[in-house]
Amino acid sequence: MQKKLILDTDLLDITISRLCQQLIENHGSFSETVVIGMQPRGIYVAEIIHQKLEKLVKKNIPLGYLDATFHRDDFRRREIPVKANETRIEFTIEGKQVVLVDDVLFTGRTIRAAMDAMITFGRPKKVELLVLIDRKYTRELPVAADYVGKAVNTLSSQRVLVELEAQGHKQNKIWLINKD
Amino acid sequence: MSKLSQKHLLGIKNITREDLELIFETAENFKGVLNRPVKKVPSLRDITIANVFFENSTRTRLSFELAQKRLSADVINFSASNSSVKKGETLLDTVNNILAMKVDMIVMRHASPGAPHFLAKHINANIVNAGDGTHEHPTQALLDAFSIREKLGSLAGKKVAIIGDILHSRVALSNIFALQKLGAKVMVCGPPTLLPKFISQLGVEVELDVRKALLWCDVANVLRIQLERQQIKYFPSLREYSLYYGINKKLLDSLKKPILIMHPGPINRGVELSSDAADSAHSIILDQVENGVAIRMAVLYLLAGANA
Repeated sequence: MQKKLILDTDLLDITISRLCQQLIENHGSFSETVVIGMQPRGIYVAEIIHQKLEKLVKKNIPLGYLDATFHRDDFRRREIPVKANETRIEFTIEGKQVVLVDDVLFTGRTIRAAMDAMITFGRPKKVELLVLIDRKYTRELPVAADYVGKAVNTLSSQRVLVELEAQGHKQNKIWLINKD
Repeated sequence: MSKLSQKHLLGIKNITREDLELIFETAENFKGVLNRPVKKVPSLRDITIANVFFENSTRTRLSFELAQKRLSADVINFSASNSSVKKGETLLDTVNNILAMKVDMIVMRHASPGAPHFLAKHINANIVNAGDGTHEHPTQALLDAFSIREKLGSLAGKKVAIIGDILHSRVALSNIFALQKLGAKVMVCGPPTLLPKFISQLGVEVELDVRKALLWCDVANVLRIQLERQQIKYFPSLREYSLYYGINKKLLDSLKKPILIMHPGPINRGVELSSDAADSAHSIILDQVENGVAIRMAVLYLLAGANA
């Protein structure tokens, strides 16, 4: 199994800072913006971004977690069903600008399911997508991210492994893994 | 694991503790769904479910139907009273005719113990037992255990007394299996004529005095006196039953301790439970009903997933 480092702690820091600046450029005071992290792994990225954003704009920004398991299109088509996680959105998204956050954008199917799951909470004014890693050339649906940490050329057979301190790892590291 | 060990939910006796935990975790997430503005998910949109009820039911049937609709399944309802069963059609023929219309899942209530087990051997569809005679009522036990878990955190080491007509109760048997698998201690309490003879072999304590049972337990699950199943007299009169085994607010207050009161419904108010006890702060009866939909969603969802 070959492992290639895509992002290390220092680079990840710089990348997250850049993403925050881009968000501030487009959302200004964040008065009408909410951040929603995708379960199970996007929530860690969302927490890091959210913490940094609150420090930069010096105000509270609503943060929620969204689980799209029940809206997936591969239910009953997988050998082992995906396990559901907690959804926690304790604010209204009606008329708000939503920034959806996930760790890796791969086929785009999770994001499709997420948008379905999200609109059961209301009709947002605008939805944007932020991902840490954008895997190019692997999309199965017309989904694109508005904010990208790093775009990587990958094959469908490869896997992107995100290790974050928040998940209990020693250092923030993102790997590209060849399954052979 | 995110998959059940079983293809059917026939009873609590043959499912594992891991299955129970998985159902509870999934039900928690569905409870979240039920509190959203849009209380519906598309998971079972390609599934058709038949609710086949050979015995009367309000709560269970409505709860199943609502759970199915919240999961976007197609639902057909069948009740024996206005069907060809009256013309002498057998159970297997009836169900096979329903399945010929491309139905994926059967939710069945039947007066004969073991009817869903019989069906499971002969047909190729997921079966959910919604009560078979005096045998099991698994989804009721699941929602009871889920409701206790929600209020007390965990079942391990908790004491639960099941009070009333144990002899005719499928709820009692399923509850005993579920609670024991989750590590709770179980006591049954009722008049000797309404306690099965060898019940203590299931590892439950037996108590004849309702006050002692209430003093012992953290949770009292009060069962209905099943007037329709009492062909012979098991006790002299309802008035006498209510005098010796009825639970009222005065009795609960005299215990001077926190206690949860549950009832699977329908309540015979003034018989096993007085109105002031059923509507008191101890009572979690309406929480049970609310949780029933989430639990049934979880069961149907997981069984459909196990099929893939």
